[in-house]
Amino acid sequence: MKGTFGRLVRIFLSYGVRILSLLLAVSIIAFVLVSASPIDPVQQYLIRLGTTVSPEQRTEIEAYWGVHQPPVQRYLHWLSELLKGNLGESSLYRRPVSDLIRERFLNSLTLMLCAWALSGVIGFFGGCVMGMCRDRLPDRILKRICYILSSVPTFWLGLIFLLVFSVRLKWFPIGFSSPVGVLSESVTLWQKTHHLILPALTLSLMSFSNIALHTRQKLIDVLNSEYVLFARARGENDWTILRRHGLRNILFPALTLQFASFAELFGGSVMAENVFSYPGLGSAVSAAGLNGDLPLLLGITLFSTLFVCVGNLIANLLYGVIDPRVREVGES
Amino acid sequence: MEQKNQPLLEIRDLSVSFRMYDHGLEQTDLKVISHLHLTVFPGEIVAIAGSSGSGKSLLASAILGILPRNATLRGHMRYRGEALTPQRQKQLRGTELALVPQSVAYFDPLMKVGAQADGHRRPKPTERRRQLFSRFGLPDKTEQLYPYQLSGGMARRILVSTALLPGAQLILADEPTPGMSLDQALEALRMFREMADAGKAVILITHDIDLAFEFADRVAVFYAGTTVEIAPASDFKAGPDALRHPYSKALWHALPQNGFQPIEGFQPYAGNLPQGCLFAPRCPCKTAECESKIPPIRKIRGGEVRCYHGT
Repeated sequence: MKGTFGRLVRIFLSYGVRILSLLLAVSIIAFVLVSASPIDPVQQYLIRLGTTVSPEQRTEIEAYWGVHQPPVQRYLHWLSELLKGNLGESSLYRRPVSDLIRERFLNSLTLMLCAWALSGVIGFFGGCVMGMCRDRLPDRILKRICYILSSVPTFWLGLIFLLVFSVRLKWFPIGFSSPVGVLSESVTLWQKTHHLILPALTLSLMSFSNIALHTRQKLIDVLNSEYVLFARARGENDWTILRRHGLRNILFPALTLQFASFAELFGGSVMAENVFSYPGLGSAVSAAGLNGDLPLLLGITLFSTLFVCVGNLIANLLYGVIDPRVREVGES
Repeated sequence: MEQKNQPLLEIRDLSVSFRMYDHGLEQTDLKVISHLHLTVFPGEIVAIAGSSGSGKSLLASAILGILPRNATLRGHMRYRGEALTPQRQKQLRGTELALVPQSVAYFDPLMKVGAQADGHRRPKPTERRRQLFSRFGLPDKTEQLYPYQLSGGMARRILVSTALLPGAQLILADEPTPGMSLDQALEALRMFREMADAGKAVILITHDIDLAFEFADRVAVFYAGTTVEIAPASDFKAGPDALRHPYSKALWHALPQNGFQPIEGFQPYAGNLPQGCLFAPRCPCKTAECESKIPPIRKIRGGEVRCYHGT
C-alpha cells in the first residue's frame, strides 16, 4: 500500500506543477488580452457608480488603481494580490470576485453535475443499445437522433425547450434558479429542482450524443474482437458478452471521455445559463464580458481553467485505476 | 483408426457465403466455402491443411454456429448422428464443442485469466480448473494474472484448459502453432494427441503441414473453400505417389524438404470461382469435363478425393 501512496503523491505533485504553470500561462495571456482591449476599467467603474465624478476625482482614482503603470508592474501587482486570495472586486456586482465565484459556482455545479450525470448515464446506455443492435432499427433511429443533437446548437435547443415546455405546456418555469418574489431562505428543494430540470436537460443533450456515439463505436470494436469471438465459441450469448466483456472494456474509455468533457460542459453552461437566465458562473462570465467587468472576467477565466484541469486530472487517474496494464507501467 | 465407429461429426456439401454490397446497392453472394465434405471420428486428429484464404478458420465458426450475421450456411452437418441445428450448436458450444484459439489475443485483456478460464457458466468449475492448471504446470498465482502478463506457453496451456474443463468431445484447434518454437509447437500438438487418445476428436486447422502429418491421423487438404482430398496422414509422409489429388501432390512438392517447387497460378478469389473443379485452371491433367462440372467425392484407397482423375 505504501508504494501506491507514494505513487499517488508523485502523480499529484507532477500534476500540481503542471496545473500551476498552466494557470500562470493562462493568467498572463488573459491579462495581456484584457490590457490590449479598448475597455477602460475606470470608465466602467464610474458608469456603475451612478454619480457624476469630477475630472480631478477621476485622476485620483486612476492614480489609486495604477492604471498608468507599465503592464508588467500591474500584472505583478494583480498576481501578488491573487496569491493572497484577493481577486479584486467586481465592478458589475460590487462584491469581491472570490465570493461571487463561490456563490455562482455552487449554482452552476448543481446544474453541471446533473447535466453531466444525465448525459453520461443516458449516453452510455444509448451507446450500449446502439452497439448491441448495430445496423438494426433501434441503432439507426438512435444514431439519427445523435447526429441531429450534435449538430444543433445548445442555445437553440434551449430556446425550443423554453418555447414548448415553459411557454406552451407551462410544465416548467421560464427562467432563474428559484421562483421570483420568494425569499431565498424559503425556496424549497422541489422548487430548485423544478427550475433546474430544463437547463440541465438542455446541457446534457449537448454531450449526450458524443458519449453515445463513442460508446457505440467502442462496443462495436469490442464485439468484433477476437476475445468476443472466443467467448461466443464458449457459449456466451449476447447479454453475457455485454456483461462480462463489453462493459468492462468500454466503461473505461467512456468514463475518461466523460471527465475530459468538463471543458465542453463549462462552455455549454455559458449558453444554457444565458438562455434560462440561470444565475451560475456561465451567465456571470458573459455578463462580465459584455459589461467590461475585468476583475470578474479574469477571475472566472482562471477558475474555469482550474475546473477543466481537475476534470482531466481525474480522467488521467482513472486510466490507472481501471486498466491494469497502465497501472503496472505506472508501478515499474 | 476407428472407422467402424459412428462418426462424431459429419459434414456434407457445406457452403458458406457472405452477402456483400458490391457497387452501391447491388448485392452479391461471396461463396467462401463450397461443397465441403468432412467426417471426424472419435479418437482421431484430422488436420486441415491449405493455404491462407482457403476457408479453414471459417469452417470452425460454421461448426460452432458463430458465423458473422451476413453469412449464410447451406448443407448438412450432423453431430453424433443428429442434425447440428443452430439451437443444438448453441447448447453444445462451450460444452461438447470447444474452440482452442491461436493466441493470447483471444483473452479479454481486462479480465484475470482464472476467471476467464472458469467461463460464464454456473456453478464455477474453479476447483477442477485449479487442478488442470497445476497439471499443466502453471503456478498457483497464474489465475490472478491478466492476459498481457502471460508468456506464450502459459497462454496456450490456459487456452487448451478451456477446452478440457467442460470435457469437450470435439476440439477445434485453429492454428494453434504459428509463432511458436519447434519445442512449443511439439508440446502443443502432444496435448492434442493426448486428447484424441482419450477418445475425443480434434480438428487441427494448421499451416504447419509437416507437424500436422506427424500428429494427425488423417489430413484434409483445403483448396479455395473445399476439401479436395482427405487421406491418411501416412500417405502424405509416403510421398506424392500415395496421394490422390493433383493439388495435394503439388502441395507436397512445394514443401521445402521436397524441392520447394511452386506451381503456376494462384488460388481463385471467392467472388470469382471457376464453374467446374476449383483447381482446374491450375491443374496439369484437366479435361473438358473438369472445367464444366464439379467432380463428386470419390473413395479411393482408403481416402476421399474430389477429382475425376484421382488415382
